[in-house]
Amino acid sequence: MSQLWSSSGPRLTGFLCVLLVVSAHASRDAGDPHHQNSSTTHRKAFPVLSFNYDHVKTPFEISLWILLALLMKLGFHIIPRVSSIVLESCLLIVVGLLIGGIIKAIKQTAPVLDSKLFFLYLLPPIILDAGYFLPIRPFTENMGTILVFAVVGTLWNAAFIGGMMYGVCQIEGAQLGHVDLLSCLLFGAIISAVDPVAVLAVFEEIHINELLYILVFGESLLNDAVTVVLYHLFEEFSHAGIVTVGDAFLGVVCFFVVSLGGVMVGTIYGILGAFTSRFTSHTRVIEPLFVFLYSYMAYLSAEVFHLSGIMSLIACGVTMRPYVEANISHKSYTTIKYFLKMWSSVSETLIFIFLGVSTVAGPHAWNWTFVIFTVILCLVSRVLGVMGLTYIINKFRIVKLTKKDQFIVAYGGLRGAIAFSLGFLLTNNEMKNMFLTAIITVIFFTVFVQGMTIRPLVELLAVKKKEESKTSINEEIHTQFLDHLLTGIEDICGHYGHHHWKDKYDAYVKRWLIVGERSTEPQLISFYNKMEMKQAMMLVESGSAAKLPTLMSAATLQNIQQKGVPSRRAIPSISKSREEEIRKILRANLQKTRQKLYSYRRHDLVMDPFEDNVSEIRFRRQRAEMEKRMSHYLTVPANRQETPSVRKVCFEPENKVYTYDDSESPRGRAAQPSPRLPDAISLLSKSPQRPNQTSALRAKGSTELRAKAPDEQEEQDQVKLSRCFSDPGPNEEEEEDGSFLS
Amino acid sequence: MGASQTHSAYKYQDLMTKTGFSLEQIKNLHYRFRQLSENNETLSRENLENIKDLADNPIKKQIVEAFFDKRNQHQNEMGSFEEIGFEQFVMVMSHFRPPTPKMTEEEKLAMRKDKLHFLFNMHDSDNDGKITLEEYRKVVEELLSMSGDIEKDTARGIADAAMLEVASTNVPNMGPDDYYEGITFEHFEQMFKEVEMESRMHVRFLDVDTRTIHCGSSTS
Repeated sequence: MSQLWSSSGPRLTGFLCVLLVVSAHASRDAGDPHHQNSSTTHRKAFPVLSFNYDHVKTPFEISLWILLALLMKLGFHIIPRVSSIVLESCLLIVVGLLIGGIIKAIKQTAPVLDSKLFFLYLLPPIILDAGYFLPIRPFTENMGTILVFAVVGTLWNAAFIGGMMYGVCQIEGAQLGHVDLLSCLLFGAIISAVDPVAVLAVFEEIHINELLYILVFGESLLNDAVTVVLYHLFEEFSHAGIVTVGDAFLGVVCFFVVSLGGVMVGTIYGILGAFTSRFTSHTRVIEPLFVFLYSYMAYLSAEVFHLSGIMSLIACGVTMRPYVEANISHKSYTTIKYFLKMWSSVSETLIFIFLGVSTVAGPHAWNWTFVIFTVILCLVSRVLGVMGLTYIINKFRIVKLTKKDQFIVAYGGLRGAIAFSLGFLLTNNEMKNMFLTAIITVIFFTVFVQGMTIRPLVELLAVKKKEESKTSINEEIHTQFLDHLLTGIEDICGHYGHHHWKDKYDAYVKRWLIVGERSTEPQLISFYNKMEMKQAMMLVESGSAAKLPTLMSAATLQNIQQKGVPSRRAIPSISKSREEEIRKILRANLQKTRQKLYSYRRHDLVMDPFEDNVSEIRFRRQRAEMEKRMSHYLTVPANRQETPSVRKVCFEPENKVYTYDDSESPRGRAAQPSPRLPDAISLLSKSPQRPNQTSALRAKGSTELRAKAPDEQEEQDQVKLSRCFSDPGPNEEEEEDGSFLS
Repeated sequence: MGASQTHSAYKYQDLMTKTGFSLEQIKNLHYRFRQLSENNETLSRENLENIKDLADNPIKKQIVEAFFDKRNQHQNEMGSFEEIGFEQFVMVMSHFRPPTPKMTEEEKLAMRKDKLHFLFNMHDSDNDGKITLEEYRKVVEELLSMSGDIEKDTARGIADAAMLEVASTNVPNMGPDDYYEGITFEHFEQMFKEVEMESRMHVRFLDVDTRTIHCGSSTS
């Protein structure tokens, strides 16, 4: 089967290439038939079929390109061996080269990676995706290091490369005498910046540990400000010809304006976005659009003033995210996540392909000395810069950077399309072609050589990989606990450290930006609910006890219950009827409910079990499993007071997630030991005071199914069936929003 | 403080060796101690509880209690004090020092264990060496206490789930009749094996004399 695909893949793409070429041809003489028709004297037959390519030319070609790019991507992943050896970005560049070659061979003009196209359309999705899902904690913890690398490191690179290249240009015999210092510095500025697109493309495949990833990636994001300033600075100067001290000083001021201004613009838009999301409860469908548009506006607004658009975009995403996620619906969150991933994936693919095409197409001026020295100097300056800076940084860090870390950071400094586009933007520069050639060579070198060898090197050096650990509830509890503890100790010490300020900030800002009572809900609860729901979904999806998440392996609640607490009435086991009742209720839950859920982070997209197309067979299977499990847990040994149904954690989640309608659950007769025993897990009945709701019910506050023995009030079954989310937010928008479990 | 200058200098030396703080830091802490205790020799629970900023802290009680807990004094005693002196105050604070670059691996491990013990003691209120389900529930309840109208059952649910997790990871093959008594210190340590406790659990102590800065707004 895969062979079929792999053979049809290239064939299909070949076909598309031909189509592309044909369309390029056709565009030239598409206009004629119409004219002919109108100018002929004798009457022609009514044209049943006509050919008008001009009409759809632009969208057609764009779509064709994108389709081609995606088919390529598809093809690579189907052929397993290739994708494990060669990096995807390398393959894409090669494809681009091929296509460029084909187009050139038939003497067409190839689309080049136009800077406007790149900066306005291709780059923002990637950056937004990166910024929105940026892991905040490691980022802020390492902020100092990242900033030093980004600012000082890039400046050093630019100065070193620019200066040394000028020295190289003075060498006799290189025919480079016409390159002046400012041009060299400009070139240095362009080539010195680590590129986020390339870094993302490469690092994503090697699964390196979080610290290194955030260091390199953070640096690539934040150095944009430096690059922007240096680029404009040197471009201005190279036209003016001379540099004064005043200009240099203005340059420094400009840097601060550019970076801080960018961040400020981004933050403003982020807050606007967060605030807007507070009111979207009635129009869930357009929620994702707000996120995208506000972010894009942030980017464009920053670009208007020549501020750093990338930093603006990152600031917007980072600011917006926690509040938006608390406010929007689950489906919107999933939509945002998938659209961002999709766009960034398409962008990345297109960028690399265009890079290849531009390489073949562009005018080149190859100068051996220049190019070779550029490549060498890039490497040298990167290594020197990283080593020198790490030496200084390690004095201030608690967790030091080892030699291995330094190597990876240095080696991971890839250049990419941003450098190319900046080079392309150069105007009036006679060295432009030479520069472009050199830039492309460096990019190829870093992506191909460094990109492909970094994976075996990582293995060789045994660099710590990313741990795929799920955060456990214990860790979450203790993270919170520690936060509060440290804040408390800081308060006792009397000085306001960053814990204190963070606390205050959280308390005030959240009130404005998060809807309703969700702002006061502690993180622990939302984490717990998230976790429960995730497990519930896994349970429903898998339907088999074998795949139960590790959280509930062998231990049951019985194991941790307090022994020997006397029960008022010793109940040997749950009566049959009680069991039956429990079963009925739980079964009803599984089939019926809809509930509005919070949006969750990192949620796996699980099929909604309640959609109509879930097969009956599947349901029956699930039910059978459930029955089996229930019978296992429902038998209660003599002295334990326990829990009929539940391994509370295991079972409960299923039912916690689903609310059930007003089951007038017949009050069972079985009694449980007194509620004094705090963790008697009881079957809670919907408390009578709660207002009755429609059958597509969602719970507000806690729903309790209390099955009281009609005459014995003090014994209450307390199987907690659903502690549903205290979702006080805007209400049962049952139909319109995605209150599906999906 | 002229007459007792030499006396306190001697005490400071002693404290420095015991806790590892620098002289400046100890002086600053002493100044703060005097501020909190209203110039008395000892600090009582009320003094700490009256700190305004602590009012919003959900685990205020545990934190205050930790200062008066004899187990945190490294002297193998149990129980709690009624009032503490400056020495005890500094001893408790010393649990929050960051690791210094010159520490050896064993020292780092010892510090980590120390900090984990501190945390453990905060949870294990009845001093029996285990965190039972009751105690854990109490911890979670306290954590959630400031957050509005939380159902008691939620806290219980969370604590139960957490306890189950510890039980499952540490005693993987429990039969249905086994009873998991509580989280021992080893299991507690296990919970944190991924976390770099020695660097996470620290507070920046001032090296600069805060008397020159307007009190209440000092920043590190």
